[in-house]
Amino acid sequence: MIWLTWRQFRASALVLLGTTTAAIVVLALTRHQVVALSRANGQSFLDVFGNDRAKSTLFYASTAVVYMLPAVVGIFWGAPMVSRELEAGTSRLVWTQSITRTRWLATKLGTAGAAAAAVGLFGLALTWWCGPIDDAVAKGYRSTGLFGQPRLWPAQFGARGIMPIGMTVLALVIGVALGLVIRRALPAMAATLVLVVAVQVVMPMAVQAHLLPMKEATARLTHDNVTEVRGTGAPDQGLVVIDKIEISIGRPDAWVTSNVTLDPSGRVLDSYPDWVSDCVPGPGATGSEETVQACFQRLADEGYRQRVRYLPGSSFWTLQLVETGILLALAGLLTGFCFWRIRRDLT
Amino acid sequence: MTAVLAATGLGKKYGRTWALSDCSLEVPAGRVVGLVGPNGAGKSTFLNLAVGMLTPSAGDIEVLGARPTGRDAQRSKVGFVGQDTPSYAGLSIADHLRLGASLNPHWDAALAKGRIAGLGLDPGQRAGRLSGGQRAQLALTLGIAKRPELLLLDEPVASLDPLARREFLQDLMEAVAEQEMSVVLSSHLVSDVERACDYLVVLVDSRVQVAGDIDHLLATHHRLTGPRRDPETLPGDQHVISASHTDRQSTYLVRTEQRILDPSWEVSSLTLEDLVLAYMRGPTGVSERPVLEALR
Repeated sequence: MIWLTWRQFRASALVLLGTTTAAIVVLALTRHQVVALSRANGQSFLDVFGNDRAKSTLFYASTAVVYMLPAVVGIFWGAPMVSRELEAGTSRLVWTQSITRTRWLATKLGTAGAAAAAVGLFGLALTWWCGPIDDAVAKGYRSTGLFGQPRLWPAQFGARGIMPIGMTVLALVIGVALGLVIRRALPAMAATLVLVVAVQVVMPMAVQAHLLPMKEATARLTHDNVTEVRGTGAPDQGLVVIDKIEISIGRPDAWVTSNVTLDPSGRVLDSYPDWVSDCVPGPGATGSEETVQACFQRLADEGYRQRVRYLPGSSFWTLQLVETGILLALAGLLTGFCFWRIRRDLT
Repeated sequence: MTAVLAATGLGKKYGRTWALSDCSLEVPAGRVVGLVGPNGAGKSTFLNLAVGMLTPSAGDIEVLGARPTGRDAQRSKVGFVGQDTPSYAGLSIADHLRLGASLNPHWDAALAKGRIAGLGLDPGQRAGRLSGGQRAQLALTLGIAKRPELLLLDEPVASLDPLARREFLQDLMEAVAEQEMSVVLSSHLVSDVERACDYLVVLVDSRVQVAGDIDHLLATHHRLTGPRRDPETLPGDQHVISASHTDRQSTYLVRTEQRILDPSWEVSSLTLEDLVLAYMRGPTGVSERPVLEALR
């Protein structure tokens, strides 16, 4: 059975495993350049990195590839596994040999599952390559661009660590299960794409923030810790309504999920008092540094506080483990379904 | 007579329709059994149940004394050549033989290689490039080299031209002669069965209409032609299979173990096709079902 599995799988396996290996080699060969860049530039490293076309392109391309790999695995390895046999009628050939369908599926899923996990290792390679960048972010160096965000940040997080392994394995099983349900290769492949992308969207947007208990910090608003004041209106005419003030908690590698001002009674503020418009360090007469400082001081004196909910950078691997565990558990459930389904009638 | 295949009250439902219902059937060992019937009689469903591709919705089926959905050891004893003789288009003939070798414990590699060589096929050729006849031969080779005790063939020659069909059945006969193997072959063509089989089962609408040794069936079935008369007036040992009447003449198809003594009858023997058609029409002589296709 192992021979047949390999014979049927080898072409598509070699393409994807070969591509992934080549990409890992490229990362391995270029990492020392990233290290050198970080040593040479210190605080401005991230900006220099962003302006280095070759390296920033490699970063973005690798991240994109990590996000695309699960769908590719699900579509080309998972979905056709059973559906193509049913479509071509070869299920009647292979399932009437001396081995049971259960064993047939176990061998096929085992082989493809191991290959899918190997493909997912690319995410680990990317994490290693990005080490100097993540260190720079953790030190508080800032830059625009995705690489300037902490690696706990959802858009980065899914492409890092062991998450991609869980995602490729899950995508594979999604493909196999849909192939078993739909029984035709092309529709199964299309449905696999939709479902895998849906998981990739739902996990960071709706699930990730609820997996670990968030830390909470409360602080006074000061001229030093406020990082952002957002308002609407025309600052030069003094007609500004402040909508949002955010502060920094001095943890640049943390993933901040909520950054809100509480009123003196401790509730989340609906709207700031009118005089807070003075806090805007705008170009008009109202924006001198003294008035801004006085404005924040008055907020603090009247009992306004800023509450920040966040996940510290040290939680990166814990969250990786938890989220990968969830993905693998889902894959396990779907695998159970596949084994149940394949024992039923399939013609 | 031990049964290699025994079904009791066997039924299979797809959604709300029964593809096979309340089918009871025994197939003796050591025979080449032709399973004939019109399209939709349940032949294919029956064979798929026998090989474990389907599970019964009702009743029971035993193959070589065990449930067909069982373990590897049981599965190695039953060979199957599926409808349209499927093969992997992208795999070569040699790949298919290797597939057979790796999936079957009793695989006879010498037999398989010898058959492919005997057919003049290039082992390196992809199955997708083979003609229908060659593909069927490849599927038959896989079925035979598995060295099964029972070989089931589901309409293996349905899509083949007459020459390829004849060669396929001839090869099947040779294999049966060389190995101790029971065979069940389904077909909607009586001529296939006539050429290959020594035992006949006629299945119409899930029911076994007649089953028995073909020579014996032909020896005990007669066509009687004579002046018109009522079926009640026939001797008790003569079972009417079908009857047709004109104003003055009656023609009966009867089954009897006795000699026919009545001098008013003109007695003639039947071809297998006559016999099968008669059982499919039933005693009224009117066919309500699609008639068996005859190959000319």
